[in-house]
Amino acid sequence: MSDSVVPSVSKHAGGRGGGRLLRDLRKNKFIYMMLIPIALYYLVFHYYPMYGAQIAFRDFSPLKGIWGSAWVGFKHFSDFFSSYYFYRLLRNTVLINLYDIIFGFPAPIIMAILINEIGHPLFKRTVQTITYLPHFISLVVVCGLLTDFLASDGVINNAIEFFGGKPTSFLMNPEAFRTIYVGSEIWQSMGWNSIVYLAALVSIPSELYEAARIDGAGKMREIWSITIPCLIPTIVIMLIMRVGKIMTVGAEKIILLYNPSIYETADVISSFVYRKGVLEASFSFTAAVGLFNSIISFAMVASVNKLCNKLTQSSLW
Amino acid sequence: MKIKKSAGAAAFSAANTAAMLLLMAAALYPMVHVLFASISNPTLVQQHRGLILHPLGFDLSAFKAVFNNPMIPVGYSNTLFYLVAGTAVNVLLTTLGAYALSRKGLLLGKYFMFAIAFTMLFSGGMIPSYLLVRDLHMVNSRLALIIPNAISAWNLIIMRTSFEAVPASMEESAKLDGANDFIILFKIYVPLCLPVMAVMILFYGVGHWNSWFSALLYIRKRELYPLQLVLREILLISTSDMTTNVTGGDAKANIGETIRYATIVVATAPILCVYPFLQKYFVKGVMVGAIKG
Repeated sequence: MSDSVVPSVSKHAGGRGGGRLLRDLRKNKFIYMMLIPIALYYLVFHYYPMYGAQIAFRDFSPLKGIWGSAWVGFKHFSDFFSSYYFYRLLRNTVLINLYDIIFGFPAPIIMAILINEIGHPLFKRTVQTITYLPHFISLVVVCGLLTDFLASDGVINNAIEFFGGKPTSFLMNPEAFRTIYVGSEIWQSMGWNSIVYLAALVSIPSELYEAARIDGAGKMREIWSITIPCLIPTIVIMLIMRVGKIMTVGAEKIILLYNPSIYETADVISSFVYRKGVLEASFSFTAAVGLFNSIISFAMVASVNKLCNKLTQSSLW
Repeated sequence: MKIKKSAGAAAFSAANTAAMLLLMAAALYPMVHVLFASISNPTLVQQHRGLILHPLGFDLSAFKAVFNNPMIPVGYSNTLFYLVAGTAVNVLLTTLGAYALSRKGLLLGKYFMFAIAFTMLFSGGMIPSYLLVRDLHMVNSRLALIIPNAISAWNLIIMRTSFEAVPASMEESAKLDGANDFIILFKIYVPLCLPVMAVMILFYGVGHWNSWFSALLYIRKRELYPLQLVLREILLISTSDMTTNVTGGDAKANIGETIRYATIVVATAPILCVYPFLQKYFVKGVMVGAIKG
């Protein structure tokens, strides 16, 4: 059977490379069959929208659809760059990430170092189980809790009143939003993100610590001279990857927490795209905003990945 | 060799224990607050100031109100459907893709892998995806919460990594016996990689349980709402409507707050109950991902 198919197939295929491909397709036909649904899924739900992003260069009209709407070139981009939103969205997106890097990034590292120092295995496991837990609480519940605790009669304001302060409604105050966002981010993810660092700590040979102890090093000295240097490669990679995402703030948490009185600090690119695009149906303009964000993010992540590869090749593995 | 614990080490250990206890309290307190308040007397909760460290009286009327709210069972059953059907689709497709792309010598394999990894770095954005789902007539359809997120590239890579670790000899002997790739995958790879299958089910399952944004985008019909969207209405949008609908009595002004707490308990309890038993699988998943990443 196979003898009769191969010659007729290779006639169509022409060159040697094509023949090789057809042989591969035949030999691995079941594997390629498995890949059909995967390829379809990625084509339809990932690559088609990339192609559809050209709506950013057209003026979307509901009657004509994406492909019939008139081309307008970079109009929506220049509208966005000259609009009052541009600076505000860019600033909010970057600042939230910057604060999260400054305050949120070190938290799981410290956490992992401290967990690693726990002597008692059962206590260690308990600490891990409980501090990972907030990661599994849904965002809707987390934001529900935040609005409840931060309300003018909530727990936080109770404490402020107790110490003689005046209660304020935090979620109405633009100045408080970034603190709330980053603070709750730390609460949600500090424990969970420490897993990566804990994994790196496990591989530190215990002889290092024994030697240090014989030399009379105290705990602080051990952490400073052994634990942290051993963590540096992981920290560098995680930091680089984190910095790559500096233009990305997910819309979800913002949408759950913000309100018009704090748009000034809370509105980020993704929440703006949702509000103006999905809710107010200004598709072309927000597609342009989204595409701008995608391209900048891609450039950031790609260059950062390159840097990371360079580092890992030369110094890590 | 045994080394005596110095006074400094003892002090460090004590300080560390204290810090850990504090962190655990910070992680747990919000949930404890919610639990205690939900079973407390609504009026006492209303008047109470500060931390709640024990139930204030005992009153289950908030839970009664929650279970009388027709949207709660609707949201619950919808979420269960999205979770079961969605996770089944997720895991099946991820397994197929991960197995296929873990094969060595596949001529197009590396192009596929690149195309998949590329989607993690770049996307067309929210609006083109939204327009696509709209054009596919998936708005207000349950499919909108299952199909557009059918595969997570990250999970596929995790699974591919663990498939690659299976020794090739297992596969070769099966091939000699005439088994095709589907048989090899489901009879050899899946049973051998059960832990990572469990990780996948958990990652996708928790994702579906907690997901609400796709539903916000694509679902307008309230009878199709997943639980998290119902929750959002109750917790974050209009609390007063909810209480009037549910109680209608004169205690309504007071009971609103406890109803919200009881809703959180009802919606979060399942995940918090299974979590301690499954934690090690989650951690394993993160480890596999971390090594690869």
